[in-house]
Amino acid sequence: MNLTAAAFYILGGATILSAFFVIAARNPVHAVLWLIAAFFAAAGLFVLIGAEFLAMLLIVVYVGAVSVLFLFVVMMLDVDFARLRQGFLNYLPLGVLIAGLLIAELFLVGAALGENGAASLSEGKIEPSPGAVNNVTAIGRVLYTDYVLHFQLAGGILFIAMIGAIVLTLRERPGVRRQDVGRQVGRRPRDAVKLVDARPGQGLQIPE
Amino acid sequence: MSIGLSHYLFVSAALFTIGVFGLFVNRKNVIVILMSIELILLAVNINLVAFSVFLGDVSGQIFAMFVLTVAAAEAAIGLAILVAFFRNQGSIAVEEMNSLKG
Repeated sequence: MNLTAAAFYILGGATILSAFFVIAARNPVHAVLWLIAAFFAAAGLFVLIGAEFLAMLLIVVYVGAVSVLFLFVVMMLDVDFARLRQGFLNYLPLGVLIAGLLIAELFLVGAALGENGAASLSEGKIEPSPGAVNNVTAIGRVLYTDYVLHFQLAGGILFIAMIGAIVLTLRERPGVRRQDVGRQVGRRPRDAVKLVDARPGQGLQIPE
Repeated sequence: MSIGLSHYLFVSAALFTIGVFGLFVNRKNVIVILMSIELILLAVNINLVAFSVFLGDVSGQIFAMFVLTVAAAEAAIGLAILVAFFRNQGSIAVEEMNSLKG
C-alpha cells in the first residue's frame, strides 16, 4: 500500500464519515461544522487527483462563504430543533430502503465502468491538466476560449442571486426614527429660524 | 493496488446516497435538507472531476466550477427565503409551509 492509496483512503473515509454526521447530528450547528469537515476532506481528494484549482475553489467558496452563511442562519433563527427531529425514526425504513437501492446501483455502475468502460483505457494514467504546465493554466485556456459565454452567464446567475437575497431579506420597519441626511443638509436657516421683535411686558404671539 | 477511477466513483456514490438518505430522514428540518442538497452537489462535483482527470479532458473541471456557482446561488437564495419565512411565520417546520396551497 503506497502513500497515495493511504491518503486516498483516509480522505475518502473522512469525507463519507463527515457527510454521515451532517445528517445524523442532533445539533444543527454541529451539522454545519461536519459539513465544513466534509468539504475540507473533499478538497483534499481533489488535490490528490490533481485538480488543485477546484480544491482551492471548494475551500474558498464552500468553507469560506456557503458554510458560514449556513452557520449565520442556524445561529440567527431561534428554532426548537428538537421538535423538528420528531419523526426521525418514522422515515428511517423507507430512507434505508431507497439508500440501499441507490448505493447498490451506483456501486455496480462504478465497478463496471472501472472494469471495461471508456475510462479503463486511461486507467491509472492521471492527466489532470492535459497539454499545459499546470492545472490553473489548463482550466484558464479552456474556460476563457470555449466556455467564455457560460462563464459570463455564471456571473449573471451570481449577480441575480445576490439581488434576490438582498430583496428577500430587506425589511422596512415602520416607526423607526432614522437619520435623513438629505433633509438635514437641505435645511436652510430661513426655513428654521425666525427673528421676532418682542416688546417688553407684552408677551409673544407665535404665528402659525 | 493503484487508485483508479472506480475508487473515486465509490466515494462519490456513498456521498450521494448519504445526501438522499438525509433528505428522507430529516424531512422536517429545512436547514438539514439544504445541507443534504449541498452534499449531493459535492458528490456530483467529485464525479465530474474524477472523469475529467482520468479521461484527460479539462472540460469536466469547468463544469464542476459551474455546478459550484449554481450551488452557491442556490444556498444564498434558499437561506434568504428561509429567513423571510421565519420572520413571517416564526417557524421553519416543513409541514407548516402550506401558505401557497400547492
